[in-house]
Amino acid sequence: MLIAVPVDDKSMKSKVCVSFGRAPYFLIYDTDSGSTDFITNPAAMSQGGAGIKAAQTVVDSQAKVLLTPRCGENAAQVVAAAGIKMFKTVNDSIQDNIDAYKGSGLSPLEDFHPGFHGQGGQ
Amino acid sequence: MKIAVLSGKGGTGKTLVSVNLAALAGDAAYIDCDVEEPNGHLFFKPADVVTEEITVKIPAVDQGLCNGCRECVEFCKFNALAYVDQRLMIFEEVCHSCGGCILLCPLRALTERDQPIGVIERGFSEDVRVMTGMLNTGEASGIPIIKKLLADVPAGLTFIDCPPGSACTVMESVRDSDYCILVAEPTIFGAHNLALVHELAQLFGKPHGVVLNKCLEGPNPSEQYCQAKGIKILARIDYEQELGVLNSEGLVAIRESDRYRALFASLLEAVREEVQHETALDPQR
Repeated sequence: MLIAVPVDDKSMKSKVCVSFGRAPYFLIYDTDSGSTDFITNPAAMSQGGAGIKAAQTVVDSQAKVLLTPRCGENAAQVVAAAGIKMFKTVNDSIQDNIDAYKGSGLSPLEDFHPGFHGQGGQ
Repeated sequence: MKIAVLSGKGGTGKTLVSVNLAALAGDAAYIDCDVEEPNGHLFFKPADVVTEEITVKIPAVDQGLCNGCRECVEFCKFNALAYVDQRLMIFEEVCHSCGGCILLCPLRALTERDQPIGVIERGFSEDVRVMTGMLNTGEASGIPIIKKLLADVPAGLTFIDCPPGSACTVMESVRDSDYCILVAEPTIFGAHNLALVHELAQLFGKPHGVVLNKCLEGPNPSEQYCQAKGIKILARIDYEQELGVLNSEGLVAIRESDRYRALFASLLEAVREEVQHETALDPQR
């Protein structure tokens, strides 16, 4: 099964990104094989609606679980529509959070922040 | 002749200045473009108000026709669309009503529908035409209402009460104006905010002057800014209890007090002179 995590760089030694929608990369981690894949988040520099596009990327990755420190309302709707389960990360270490998830040590993410839409452009 | 009244922050006296100038000018129009919190109507209390609903175009999808090609999802610059689990999701508050998704859809699964975002109220207060834009709570952008407000400005003298700050709603309000009145408070913060709208007026190439409001004894950082930048000071309004009381009671100062009538009359005269001067300098205007 695949797990998605927003990360700062294309390395397991990198950190969990503080932002979901604007994260530069997503780690796609395979719990069966332990293999890792880093995909670029095309929404990182979006003018608006970054969370929606980032969520679309995660959905398309076939991940079934998302580990993230926070998530906006719109992104959460997209992720939920795909049946992806969301869990709240406990620190900024990628490995710690994957280990915690495997040990059922993460809580479901349930508080979603409002978006920042319409703050720029026309 | 369109006079825009703006300031870098709220509460400096944009409404005070624009309401009183419009009330004084005779056969003038007052347009409240501060659509998130319009308040000029509280002073004018216009009669014979006609309300027009303002809508924007939002896509609606026929899920039965959509085959998930995602052309619309890829196209949308604002990411208002997502395709998940064989269904197209539309995020209305993110949509900017460009209509691109509808044009692109190869299966014509997307159609337009009207989404109300607010109203424009048009009425009269004595001989002043009062037009007020009101954005519904929670809507992201007041731009469509401002565009509509300024699309049919009557001939004659018009005062545009702008939103505070220097964001796109202010640019939209100022774009077609002939002159900008910048209202500033006598604080360091006030001078900083004055600089923001001053830069905006310069960027748009608009002739402009400053009203120093809430003037107190002692140094006035906004006045110092005007002197340093060579900006015309149109009027000084003292920080007075009488004016504060009139405002708090929702009264138009020039209709209540001869002293304020005289003060705003000299401001109006100064603005007229400035505009004539600008027209003489640039006959294209």
